Amino acid sequence: MLKVARYESSNILRGRWFLLYALFFVLSTDALIRFGGDGGRALLSLTSVVLFVVPLVSLVFGATYLYDAREFTELLLAQPVGRGRLFGGLYAGLALPLSLALAVGIGLPFAWHGVGDPGSLVTMLVLVACGAALTLIFVALAFLIAIRSDDRVRGLGMAVGVWLLLTVLYDGAVLVGVALLSGYPIERPVLGLMLANPVDLARVLLLHRFDSGALQGYTGAVFSRFFDGTGPIVSAAVLALWVVTPIALGLRAFRRQDF
Amino acid sequence: MLQVVDLHKRFGPLQVLRGVTLNVRPGRVTAILGPNGAGKTTLIRSVLGLTRPDSGGILLDGEAVSGDAYRARIGYMPQIARFPGNLSGADLMAMLADLRGLHAGDDALDDSLVARFELEPQLHKPLRTLSGGTRQKINAVLAFRFRPSLLILDEPTSGLDPISSGVLKDRIAEERDAGRSVVLTSHVTSELEELADDVAFLMEGRLVFSGPAEELLRRTGQPRLERAVAQVMLHHPPLRGVA
Repeated sequence: MLKVARYESSNILRGRWFLLYALFFVLSTDALIRFGGDGGRALLSLTSVVLFVVPLVSLVFGATYLYDAREFTELLLAQPVGRGRLFGGLYAGLALPLSLALAVGIGLPFAWHGVGDPGSLVTMLVLVACGAALTLIFVALAFLIAIRSDDRVRGLGMAVGVWLLLTVLYDGAVLVGVALLSGYPIERPVLGLMLANPVDLARVLLLHRFDSGALQGYTGAVFSRFFDGTGPIVSAAVLALWVVTPIALGLRAFRRQDF
Repeated sequence: MLQVVDLHKRFGPLQVLRGVTLNVRPGRVTAILGPNGAGKTTLIRSVLGLTRPDSGGILLDGEAVSGDAYRARIGYMPQIARFPGNLSGADLMAMLADLRGLHAGDDALDDSLVARFELEPQLHKPLRTLSGGTRQKINAVLAFRFRPSLLILDEPTSGLDPISSGVLKDRIAEERDAGRSVVLTSHVTSELEELADDVAFLMEGRLVFSGPAEELLRRTGQPRLERAVAQVMLHHPPLRGVA
């Protein structure tokens, strides 16, 4: 499995898009640090950027890559290698370089500008970790889409659709729901809805670091109050679940698929 | 040698293979023919384990295939030679060898095609910079590299210039003469006439003919394979051959 991962990674690492992705983060982070004044402010803005961009790139780049690699995947499947190991190698070979681009893209500017205080350093690490988790989740979702749908155009549409659903549309729907049902005790359902969205989970985890109640929004405030001190732990745990489940589903789909 | 026994496969409402039984003999080149949608691709994919048949058996060298190890004896050349663009041909060769636990210079590797195709200078360039014909040559190298006892070649000379095409056909003939099994699909009649010893004719998921090429010519009363094929497709009489 590691062998496949190594070659696939190698392929991506030498690619143009990988470089652009990494560069995007380097430049954004750098600009935010320079013009934001201090590391803390930059990290806050970076949070929005990461939560927005990482799922999209993971889904679209992931799905595109897999569709392009269809014939090669079939060649690999015709080798004396098990489907499980092959899936692992393809997945890791895709998810790891993307996570690396993120880590380097954010880490490098902070390395040469300096992070500021230890608190900000932890925040930056949490940011990179969340970004990596989101990469893992959404690359797995890209796999599910690419395996299930033979049609490249439809698959990419689904990829963008999933992204819209879990970012823009989700929060919009929750907001509308909350506004309409404000008279009712909807705090638990809202909590449930938040746990059901990995992007929101990551947001809660990150915004907790900034300790600014106003930024957390309704869902965040409810979350903090409900879980009190254990908030970050719960978020992290559910996020981990969110990472494992799509991978497991992807593996199962890959094993069963008739190519 | 390969045996396919009563293979059935349906995709949704479409019954693609309806009880296909086929014997691919060693020392023979078996051409799988048939119109589009006849089930040729599904048949090949079932042998390779890419597609799981609904029922029926597949035996390689007398043993029912199961698990993944049997594919070590199969060399597959897919129809479309698309590879990760940023890797080089040499990377690809190393990758597949690595997957099988072999290393460069290992005796189990046969890279004679590289020299015969004069491929060496192209092997260190990124694959996306290479022409279609060059990629097809690399495709062929990968299929023959691991000394398979069964070769499955899907449109092998497609995209190749006449010289390279000749090199590959010679190589296929050499494998056949050495007693290995070759399964071939092709739309190029001249190639079929040159190489095919046995013919397996699929139509609508059924084998309408299976046997030596001369037998097909005799039964259709045609002097050339192309005419014989056309006749079968036109009249579609069920010709039962001797496998």
